[in-house]
Parts: sequence; structure tokens; C-alpha cells
Amino acid sequence: MLKTEHITKTFGSFQALQDVSLEVNEGEIFGFIGPNGSGKSTTIRILLGVLQATSGRAEIFGKDVWKDAVEIHKHLAYVPGDVHLWPNLTGGEVIDLFARLRGHKKPVDKDKWLERFDLDPTKKCRTYSKGNRQKVALVSAFTSQADLFILDEPTSGLDPLMERVFQESIRELSREGKSVLLSSHILSEVEKLCDRVAIIREGAIIETGSLEELRHLTRTQLLVEAKQPVTGLEAWAHELEETDGGLRIQVDTEQLDEVVRHLAGFGITKLESAPPTLEDLFMHHYERRGGGAS
Amino acid sequence: MKEQASRHTLELLRFYLRLDRIRLGIWLVALTFFTVIVPPAFLGLYESDQERQLMAETMENPAMTAMVGTGALDDYTIGAMTAHQMLLMTAVVAGVMIILLVTRHTRTDEEDGRTELIRALPVGRRAGVQAALLYTIITAVLLALFTGFGLYALQIDTLDFEGSLLYGAALGGTVLVFGGVTAAAAQLADTGRGTIGLSITVLLGAYVFRGVTDVTNETLSWLSPLGWVSKTDAYSSNAWLPILVMIAAALALAVAAGILQERRDLGGGLLPHRAGKANAASYLAHPAALVFRLQRTALITWGVGMFVLGVSYGSVLGDMEAFIEGNEMMAAVLDPTSDLSMTEQYLPMLIVVMSMMAAIPPIIAINRMRGEEQKGRLDPILARPVSRETVFGSYAGYAVLNMLLMLTVVGSGLFAAAAASMDDAFPFTMIWQAVLAYGAATALLLGLSLFLQGFFPRLLPLVWGYLLYSFVVVYLGSLFQFPEWVMNLSPFAHVPDYPVEEMAFLPILLLSGLALLLGGAGWAGFRKRDLEG
Repeated sequence: MLKTEHITKTFGSFQALQDVSLEVNEGEIFGFIGPNGSGKSTTIRILLGVLQATSGRAEIFGKDVWKDAVEIHKHLAYVPGDVHLWPNLTGGEVIDLFARLRGHKKPVDKDKWLERFDLDPTKKCRTYSKGNRQKVALVSAFTSQADLFILDEPTSGLDPLMERVFQESIRELSREGKSVLLSSHILSEVEKLCDRVAIIREGAIIETGSLEELRHLTRTQLLVEAKQPVTGLEAWAHELEETDGGLRIQVDTEQLDEVVRHLAGFGITKLESAPPTLEDLFMHHYERRGGGAS
Repeated sequence: MKEQASRHTLELLRFYLRLDRIRLGIWLVALTFFTVIVPPAFLGLYESDQERQLMAETMENPAMTAMVGTGALDDYTIGAMTAHQMLLMTAVVAGVMIILLVTRHTRTDEEDGRTELIRALPVGRRAGVQAALLYTIITAVLLALFTGFGLYALQIDTLDFEGSLLYGAALGGTVLVFGGVTAAAAQLADTGRGTIGLSITVLLGAYVFRGVTDVTNETLSWLSPLGWVSKTDAYSSNAWLPILVMIAAALALAVAAGILQERRDLGGGLLPHRAGKANAASYLAHPAALVFRLQRTALITWGVGMFVLGVSYGSVLGDMEAFIEGNEMMAAVLDPTSDLSMTEQYLPMLIVVMSMMAAIPPIIAINRMRGEEQKGRLDPILARPVSRETVFGSYAGYAVLNMLLMLTVVGSGLFAAAAASMDDAFPFTMIWQAVLAYGAATALLLGLSLFLQGFFPRLLPLVWGYLLYSFVVVYLGSLFQFPEWVMNLSPFAHVPDYPVEEMAFLPILLLSGLALLLGGAGWAGFRKRDLEG
């Protein structure tokens, strides 16, 4: 569906992307996460054919993103994080225009989606808030019947209620077999929606895979309460913290089995285990690569 | 409370001046320069009293009064001549200057969200408007001093000290008034473009109203801010009362702007907004349609402006015969051996100036493409199955149509007014052909714009410089006897001066061909480059 191989991009002497390889399969929701300025939007603008990669190959639907941009865009919908619209056109006019530029007579189910996102189409774009401009772009995307959706931080201006509407809509797309590339730094959103993720930092992909696979690389958090004082965990525990009557520890997910066997001898009264969150994962990578996040 | 609302006004003022040190500097130097070069030129051309008086007689007709205002025609000294022919026009340009500058620091900042950032700091609510008004005062004083002392420094007999100061004060006063107008307009309209539009409308309204009343009833001209400029009668009776009126009007406008600002929300305007359409009009289905839709208002406004320009030039033609016969400066430019009438000989000069004016809207149309790119609004179009070639071609095609329309409209205005005021009017086709021929020169500027947009978008403003250069060398060229090559650098110099010269198609074809080549290269370049935004 979407594939990049070793793309790099330099702006003058600044290297914005190095060796970025991604693959989004059909029917997949692919999360693309990274801090501000890490190269998410540059990658997406290359995928849209607005910027030309300095080297490497990028294809969508098996076609070159630069040379065949027009052909690709017939079946692609894009929502930017910062939506710029024409101040003296109304939201409704913009949605219609976008559908026609796509070659459709009119947007499919426009009224339904306007209602769903609670958007007034008669207002001029200059009077819309950031969130409402984003809704214009989202309604335009959801009424487009595209096969691939490229969403660049699409919910950064939406309220929690609308975020939920958005998440439901994305799940519907995926049930219909559409593919989604969702760039975000809202990790809970990516965690809820995405099948696979790629983490980008300073222009390079530092990890990619399914959430399950990535979780293996990190630690599971355990909360233990036992009849006897628990000892001898130092060999496994990364962080050991005493709580009222119990212990909170983090262990490598691969060593979970050994840890539980060890704990069994102390007469466990309570054992809670939490999978690593994407946030842990993210921070983990940050620390491991000496990102200096703190 | 009052102090709170004005807090940090002076810091903001200093910030504005720092931002504008080059922009404002260029405006002031250019206005001063074009003011002080005129009296020496007059001095060289009209050496004797008789010559000057002859000039005064040719100026004494309603068309000229409508254009340049009233003057001391009975004692037409070099000073009176300068004040009569130059002061009002310079005041209009100074008005445009302050409208652009004040809008920049009021509504445009607000529209782009910068005012919000500033207001979130411990800066007073009124500081922004007050700083813009202080900025106006500083600009006015500088312009008054520069031009006043500049004229006095020429050491020409009739350019006395008081008259020179008054001349400068009239320009400064105009800046004050239109700075106030703009500050008030910025509270009414809710965009920078709207503010400029409203203020320019007031400026042109004042100009036209004064033109009508100067001809019919001079007392009524006191109702127009631009009427006050001529009423100073600099270098003759030296009336200071109009300057006091200007200061009073500026104060009133400043207070009005303050009161209006109190009555509105940040980001909002006071003019009502209509609800728009929920669905797009059926024609809005192609990038070219969008280009048209976005520039529709500008197209209509410019079209009306061009027609008025054509009419105002055309209405002069009726009195032109007498005017040219008594005018040595004109006689120096025109060829006395020609068998065409003097009016026909004068026609190309009018037409070349009108064509250059008509080149402005199509160049703006191409600049809009760059504006859209910078504001990130080309991205959403190109994310649809729309090629860059189509987008680029839409802007280029629109600009060419715009140019043809503007030339036709300005020619029609000239024709209509000439037909009404002359006994022996020109045929429309003659004027139309003469005007369209200059389309080839404008096309070259458009081709250059497209080339720059394709390869070096940052250099796009150079095209304005090229147009200004063309205006200076072609309009003043034969007067100042520039060398041939200086003239030939302008595309407008290569267009045949029909009907004085034969219609020659070779230069027109060459200019058009070069324009196509440049535009085509820009088209290819635009396909290859990264978009900004």
C-alpha cells in the first residue's frame, strides 16, 4: 500500500531525514510517532509529493510518490495538523471544492459527517477555530472514499468528545479495509488505534513493529503484596519502590516467568501486572538513546 | 486604569520603528527625492515669466483642475507651479504609504495572531493602537521636515522658507489624517486586506470629491481631506489654517479609533458578517475556478479603478489640443513634423502610462500564488489529484486573462471619455489596438514573474522594481534624455507607439515569445522544486 525505502532529505546542510523505511499494509492502521521536529511532517510531505526526497524510494499503491502524485492522490485523503484554508470561503464550500478537485461530483454523505463532527458549514473559514478548521479537513477526508488516509496529527485541535468521534471513524475505516497512516504525538490515541507503529527521532526511524513486538523490548510493571517480606528481587528489578504493604517493581518482559516463580515462595496475596504503555516505550527509547528528555 | 491600558506603548513603538527601519526609510527617501527633483526640472524648462504664464493658461481648464487641484495660476512662479502640479499627487502617495504602514501594525498583526501574543504579555490594551498612532506622528513629522527642508535647500528664489515648510506640513498633515483613517478602519474591518480596502476607498473618495468640488464649488472642497492640501496654497498666500484642520481631524480620528477599539473583541470587527453558503457554487470545481473565486473581489475593484483611470485620462483629451500647443515640455517630447493631430501624438504617452498601471493587477495575481504557497494553502490542493502543472497553469492563465481584461477596460474608459469630450473622437479599435500592443510588454513582466516563481520564488518582488524602472524611464525618459540603452532595458520601450508609429508586429511577437519562454521555463521549474510552507 505505502512503502518507503531508505529515504533521506536534506535542506541545505541540515539533514531532516536519514534512511527512513516504512511500510503500511492494506487495511492497517499504522502509527507514526515522534517528538516535535523529528521529521514526521517532512516524511508526510514527501509522501504527498510536495517535497522531493534527496535519495531513496517512496511508493504508494506501487507508484512513485513524486512522479505519479496526481494518480496516487485520486485514492488518497490527507489531513494536516495545521489546516490552512481560504479565509473568505465557507467550510461547506471548501469541502465541496476538495471533492470536486478529486473528480467527484459531490462529497459522499457530507451532511452525515458534518453532523457527526458538529460543524457549521456556513461559516467563513477565517472565523473557524483551529479545531473547526481541522474538522473541515476531516469531513473532507471522510467523505472522500479514499483507500489510504494520511493523517498528520489530525486531532491536535479537537476536544475529547470529537477525539472519540474521530477514533470511532478511524476504526470504521479499518473495518472497511482502508489503510491509515496516523502521525501523532498523542500516545494514548496511537495505542488505542494502531496495529503497528514506527518511532522516529531526529530524522531516523529508531523502532518499528507491532505494539506487541515493541512491548517485548520493554518492561512490565508489577505490584506485589505478600505474606512475607519479599527479598532477592534485585537480580531482575529495574526499579524497586515500596508502597503501603507491597512493592512496585519493573522487570524485563522476557524475564517475567522467572520473577513470578521467585515470588511464589513468599505467599502472594495480591499481584497486579500492567503491560508497558506506549509512553513507557517512548520514554524507554528516549533514555536508551540518550535523548536527554529530562 | 488609564496608565494600565497604555502600558508599554513606547516599547511597542520602538519595536515597530525597528521592524520598519528599512521600509519606512525607503518610502521617506523616495518621496523626498521625487519632490526635490521637480523644481530644478521646471526651472530648466520654463525660464521666462511668459513661458510660465503660458503654462498656467494651459493648466487652467476643468480637467487639469480635477486632476491636480487648484493653484495660484495668476502668478505662476516655479514655487506655485511645484505646489500646483506636485503637491496633491505626492499627498495621495503619502496617504497610500501611511495606509499600508499602519495596517501592517494594526489589523494585519491582529489577523495573524501576533496581537494576541503581545496582549498576553503585560502590555496595555490600547498600547497597540496608540503605538501605531505615535508611529504615524513620527512618520508625518519626518516627512514634513525632509520635504520642507529639502525644497528650501534647493535655494530657488520662489521656494521660500515658509512656503517650503508649509509644503512639507501639508504632506505631513495628510499622513496624520490617513494614519487616523486607517487606525479607525482597522477597528471596522476584520482583515488587513479589508482595512487597506476601506482606507484606500476613503482616500480615492476624498480625491474624486475634491476633483468635482474644485471644479464646481471650491468652498465645498473643505469637506475633503485632500481639499485641505491644495487650500494651503503653498508658495503663494501660505495658508496655515488647513494644517490646523488636518491636525484636528487626525486627533478626532485617533479618538474614534480608540473608542471603536473599546467596543469590539480582539480579532473581531464592527462591520457585520453575513453567513456564507453551505455548498460551493457549481463552477467551483477546478483550480482555475478557485483562483478566480479567491480574486473575484480584487478583479472587480481593479476593473472599476482601471475604468476610472481611463475616463480621467480620456476626459483631458478634449482640452489637450490647446494644452499641448502652449506647453514647451510637451512639445519637446512630441514630434512637430508629424501629420497626425497633436492629440493623437499625445495618445501614446497616456496609453503607455495606463498600460503600466494595468500591469499591476495581473502581477498581483501571480504573486498570489506565492502567497498561497507560503501560507500552506497549495498543499491541500496538491494533496488532491491535481498536478502542479495545473495549479501553475491556472494562475498563469488567470493572469493573462486579467491583463487582457484590464487593458480592455482602461482602453474603454479612455475611449468613452474621449468620445464625450472631443469633437473628433478616435475610433475604439484604434485605442484598443494601441492598448493591447502594450500587453506584450506586460506579458514579459508576467513571464518573468512566472520564471521567478518557478525557480527563485524569493526574488519575485524584483518584478515590481522592474515595473517601477520602466515607469521612470519611459515616462520621464525623453524629458531627462536618458541614454538609449537605459530606455531599451524596459519592455515598454519596445512596443510601437501606435498610432504615432506604424503598428510593428516583430517587437510584439518577440516580447510575447520571450514571455512564453520565461513562463514555460518557470512552469518546468515549478514541477521540480520543493514547496515552501
